[in-house]
Amino acid sequence: MSKPKLLWLQSISCNGNTHSFFNHPKLFSILSHFELLYHPLLDTDHTLEDVIFENLDCDILILEGSFKEQNMVKLGVELSTVIEKYAQKAKHIITAGTCATFGGVFKQSDPENITGFAFDIEEKTKRYELYNAKLISLPGCPIHPKWLSFVLLMLAKERRIVLDEMHRPQELYGITVHTGCTRNEYFEWKVDTKGWGLKEGCLFYENGCQAPYTRGSCNKILWNDISSKTIAGTPCLGCTEPNFPKRDLFSTKTNMGIPTTMPLGIPRRAYLTATGIAKSFKIKRFEERVIKYES
Amino acid sequence: MSVGNLYNYFSSKDILAKEIIKYTSEVLGKEIRIVNLMDISTKEKIKKIVELYFRMAKERPEMIEYFLRVYLSNREVFNDGCEGMICVNEFITEIMIFFDDGVASGDLRNQDFFSAFGLFMGYLGGMVFLKGEDVLPHDIEFYVEDISRNIYNALKA
Repeated sequence: MSKPKLLWLQSISCNGNTHSFFNHPKLFSILSHFELLYHPLLDTDHTLEDVIFENLDCDILILEGSFKEQNMVKLGVELSTVIEKYAQKAKHIITAGTCATFGGVFKQSDPENITGFAFDIEEKTKRYELYNAKLISLPGCPIHPKWLSFVLLMLAKERRIVLDEMHRPQELYGITVHTGCTRNEYFEWKVDTKGWGLKEGCLFYENGCQAPYTRGSCNKILWNDISSKTIAGTPCLGCTEPNFPKRDLFSTKTNMGIPTTMPLGIPRRAYLTATGIAKSFKIKRFEERVIKYES
Repeated sequence: MSVGNLYNYFSSKDILAKEIIKYTSEVLGKEIRIVNLMDISTKEKIKKIVELYFRMAKERPEMIEYFLRVYLSNREVFNDGCEGMICVNEFITEIMIFFDDGVASGDLRNQDFFSAFGLFMGYLGGMVFLKGEDVLPHDIEFYVEDISRNIYNALKA
């Protein structure tokens, strides 16, 4: 049985998703399930020249980087036409990273003309209508290597991937980054951290953490199999969301102390009621250090 | 109903005290919630809240008096099961929503919650206290217009 043919194309990109994927401990084992036609940073059978000027067969197209319809030229050819050529042929299109999915960081430099492949922030582009049947969105800045390997191996085994309304795998994005955070007790009792990198305290109330309203599995599938931003003690920046990047990432925007963005799906009145009660109690354990070093 | 009969419903004075403050908070919270849901400016909402607070002080003085003279002055009674804002949660939640909407709409200046809360509710409480002491030369509703304007001017963006 022949292996699925995999083509990885980059447009406006920092290579972040590529490098993240290269950190996968089983990178070459995963790639062994595929015939890798081309990747800009790997030694492959085909060159970029082949990809642009020939008409290769392609089963899975991975797109990395923000999309620009015009004036993004490689080897004298508009890259958008190359992407469209292989998008039509591919059985599956994976937009790897927030840039390829929603526009992301690079959209900030030219908001009118730079978008994601099928979405412009949350709006569907004209390519959505053409390719939505084979579209898989993997937002993240960068994506976790195991998010991509999950999708690739599911496709290799011809297993069904359940997607949400923005074509994100629900297995990966059906929960928020808050899920599994080691600071959840502090969130529940509304105890904020006293400083970055400390084991104690939540980062949501003052330090800008977006985990309670950011879809992703960073605290379920850990980074480097060890940790995550919030576990390490820095706020989640909401990098998987369509409106990433925002500004003032390290402080929580509040109106008279009330967070302007509620945890995902939680009505403001319910949130204020619950946190008002929680805040009324002083829990001694949460005011102490987790590890009490001898002085 | 005899005084003793109360203990068929409330097993202690402390529990009775807590239930009264919870009831007061619920009534005030529901009234302010109605104002919060109105499609009117923050300035108009302030006047509505001042009106309803003074109306309650006039029509049901025991509720506001209880809040000021019992709940705030005898916190030790409420230490067990009524810590912090628990027993006045409905009221506080609606005040928070009022402030949040006011800042979000650009009408109110963004500041610490308690700075604004103290100014608003402390002012109203003070007026009701003066009324209770019978030192106000006019009916309390006479002051609605001026007090509403003062609060708005103090909190506006």
